[in-house]
Amino acid sequence: MYVAVKGGEKAIDNAHRLLASKRRGDTSLPAISTAQIAEQLALGVDRVMAEGSLYDRSLASLAIRQSRGDLIEAIFLVRAFRTTLPRFGASEPVDTGRMQIRRRVSATFKDLPGGQILGPTFDYTHRLLDFALEAAGDETAEPAIGTASDEATPRVVDLVGEEGLIEREPAPDPDAPVGDITRTPLEFPTERDQRLQVLARGDEGFLLGLAYSTQRGFGRTHPFVGEIRFGAVEVEFVPEELGFAVPMGTVELTECQMVNQFHGGQKAGGESVPPQFTRGYGLVFGQSERKAMSMALVDRSLRAAEFAEQQSAPAQDQEFVLSHCDNVQATGFVEHLKLPHYVDFQAELGLLRTLRQEYEAAPAPAEEAMREAAE
Amino acid sequence: MSETGYNFAYLDEGTKRMIRRAILKGIAIPGYQVPFASREMPMPYGWGTGGVQVTAAILGADDVLKVIDQGSDDTTNAVSIRKFFERTAGVETTTATTQATIIQTRHRIPETPLTEDQVLVFQVPIPEPLRFLEPRETETRRLHALADYGLMHVKLYEDIARHGHIATTYAYPVEVDGRYVMDPSPTPKFDNPKMDDCPALQLFGAGREKRIYAVPPYTKVTSLDFEDHPFAVQTFKQPCALCDAHDVYLDEIVLDDRGGRMFVCSDTDHCETRRGEGHRGAMLGTAPEAITAGGNSRV
Amino acid sequence: MSTALASGFRDAAHDAQKVFRVLMDALARPTTVQPLALDLIPPAPLTPELASIALALADQDAPLWLDETLGSEPAVAQWLGFHTGAPVVSDPAEAAFALVRDPRALPPLDAFALGTEEFPDRSTTVVLAVESLEGGTALRVEGPGLPRPGTLSPTPLPDEFIDTLRDNRTLFPRGVDFIFAAPGALAALPRSSRLTEEA
Repeated sequence: MYVAVKGGEKAIDNAHRLLASKRRGDTSLPAISTAQIAEQLALGVDRVMAEGSLYDRSLASLAIRQSRGDLIEAIFLVRAFRTTLPRFGASEPVDTGRMQIRRRVSATFKDLPGGQILGPTFDYTHRLLDFALEAAGDETAEPAIGTASDEATPRVVDLVGEEGLIEREPAPDPDAPVGDITRTPLEFPTERDQRLQVLARGDEGFLLGLAYSTQRGFGRTHPFVGEIRFGAVEVEFVPEELGFAVPMGTVELTECQMVNQFHGGQKAGGESVPPQFTRGYGLVFGQSERKAMSMALVDRSLRAAEFAEQQSAPAQDQEFVLSHCDNVQATGFVEHLKLPHYVDFQAELGLLRTLRQEYEAAPAPAEEAMREAAE
Repeated sequence: MSETGYNFAYLDEGTKRMIRRAILKGIAIPGYQVPFASREMPMPYGWGTGGVQVTAAILGADDVLKVIDQGSDDTTNAVSIRKFFERTAGVETTTATTQATIIQTRHRIPETPLTEDQVLVFQVPIPEPLRFLEPRETETRRLHALADYGLMHVKLYEDIARHGHIATTYAYPVEVDGRYVMDPSPTPKFDNPKMDDCPALQLFGAGREKRIYAVPPYTKVTSLDFEDHPFAVQTFKQPCALCDAHDVYLDEIVLDDRGGRMFVCSDTDHCETRRGEGHRGAMLGTAPEAITAGGNSRV
Repeated sequence: MSTALASGFRDAAHDAQKVFRVLMDALARPTTVQPLALDLIPPAPLTPELASIALALADQDAPLWLDETLGSEPAVAQWLGFHTGAPVVSDPAEAAFALVRDPRALPPLDAFALGTEEFPDRSTTVVLAVESLEGGTALRVEGPGLPRPGTLSPTPLPDEFIDTLRDNRTLFPRGVDFIFAAPGALAALPRSSRLTEEA
């Protein structure tokens, strides 16, 4: 009485319909628009762009809507779309020194050229639920906005760099190849360019936890926030047929330069360095200081080998950090445990039954010990 | 272009070339894990993205594809992957092992012997057989380079000392052509002997871990063991309750809360084919319909 | 644009897949002759078979090396560059695929990338254009892919090619993989193949 019912196929189709209806929710309420998400849930959109590795506000907003607000699911949607896009080349490095700054703070210098700009931040808000938002209308007072200066605003760490007390970044070599973690599988030990790419798309929560662990002594790096800046930078591209850079548009970025203590000595390559501060770097799409700061702290701890520092903490272990910080990979593998494992479970069950039979047939250890003692 | 707006079999041609180059290297170095630039796929990592990428890279318009999970064509993830290729490649699909030219599988090797005209593609979660003994890639890579597999033998021997048996029942490590120790993917060790001297090409894809490896046809695949504890496969006391097959791998079905059990073929195509040929197991007349049909999913 | 440059694969996805599957079967079943039918007309002296393999597998990430015969005809590199985007390198050790039009002038084995013990896959695949897969020196091998020893007799071959094969196998898992491309057919000897005693 074989019946050719394909239960799985039907179940999947029905589950998809149910999901679509759950996503829409109560149809007596207006549907949320993608534009509303882009405008009013902008930091969620920023995170999806950053960890999805694709700067496109409207696609990220669509992904959030489609995923019912599950940001990791939205990141996954964006990644799966991104991977199908043709690649025309790499842009010129962006110059954050020429950023149109909306916010800039330094914890190391009271005053500095270009000034401190508080900008849009939760930092000094009192975390009191604002019931007025819930009431009809959500009118906000027009903020006073100064005109952004077109002047370059030098980065703090470069200012102090004059004295040679802060580690200098190696001079950029325009011909040096830059790794691409989406095109070449990681090979350990990794170079810093690859590490920064992995961290830039790494899970905010995972990196936050790791960064926190370094502050609590698991690979301490004595950090100071040299500078955090947020704003828009221009992206330029050199088409092969033109031979000169053309602007492609602007992206909003958060950059964090962490300044860390280091007493000087021998680097891993044998190079001797005078006492100086070292650096950790964070750069993410959109406004996310938490992510940029975490990235900078973890970047610095992952340089432990370079500075011949003792390596004992999780945040100093590049295989551990880089292999586990991607939330699309992590969520897939954790959640795959939902898939049927009947066959493996049956194999374990069979072995366990055999072991249990043998255990029950054998004399109990206590009896055995008594017998041995008696002998 | 298919109706989906994506390239044939979803992947772009550049990605396919990259995967194909890795497959060719894997075939030339049996059992060696070739790193490849695994792409994000439109299904989650851990759900067969490696197998899907390998299948997409080898699949042609004339191929006939079969997809199984736990031996069954009708488990939800098998259905989902099969539909993905129906949509993106428009290829013919089948549930009949004998009709398929490419079989993508998770956790089983079909009971029906494979032929020279077939390719078996395994979905692999953790391709590194030494990973649970040594978590570091830098270290395991060195051990493979030196063919130093002492660690694995020590682990298996500790099992014997502790339990009286090698306590590995699935993903049981094998040695390929006398050189590389390889993870056969989490198939039950029951399936290990099918890998040895198999007429079909066997390809392994691990998407999240970014590795591809291969066992060419007619290649010596040996399950690791010891002289005094030779490798042995699982055996079942009773035949399949539906098709009466002996010497097959069985699923245990819980029938009630009073210890009622039945054992049926994990390979649903094999079971259905045998029933079609007139083989009748002890419970064929009384088993629930969902079980005889091989499907057990509900919304 | 010349007609030579215009004609690549007619159907990029399906033609590349067909060539790949033929190559895959050839490497998976060493010594077996795998028919390859494609109406590609590359600039001479590039053969249609060498051209198909390059089109199917070479690109920006997989550079090509051309032997002197192919390298001396600029149209060849131009055609390959246009259709594959692959860099044409002058050092065979940097090539993913070495296209050899005149097997008698095959560079020594160590001129090619042989991979490392950790990454044996980082090696060159050597593609030799031959006149025929039969009638040459019998190369009798056993190993993965072969239910029983198999024989391949491509011609022409470099002098002492049996020694080259033996040296290549000694390097295992390092080494190169050889593909023999005759008119309308391919065969292969991957590094896993071992010469039998009587060879």
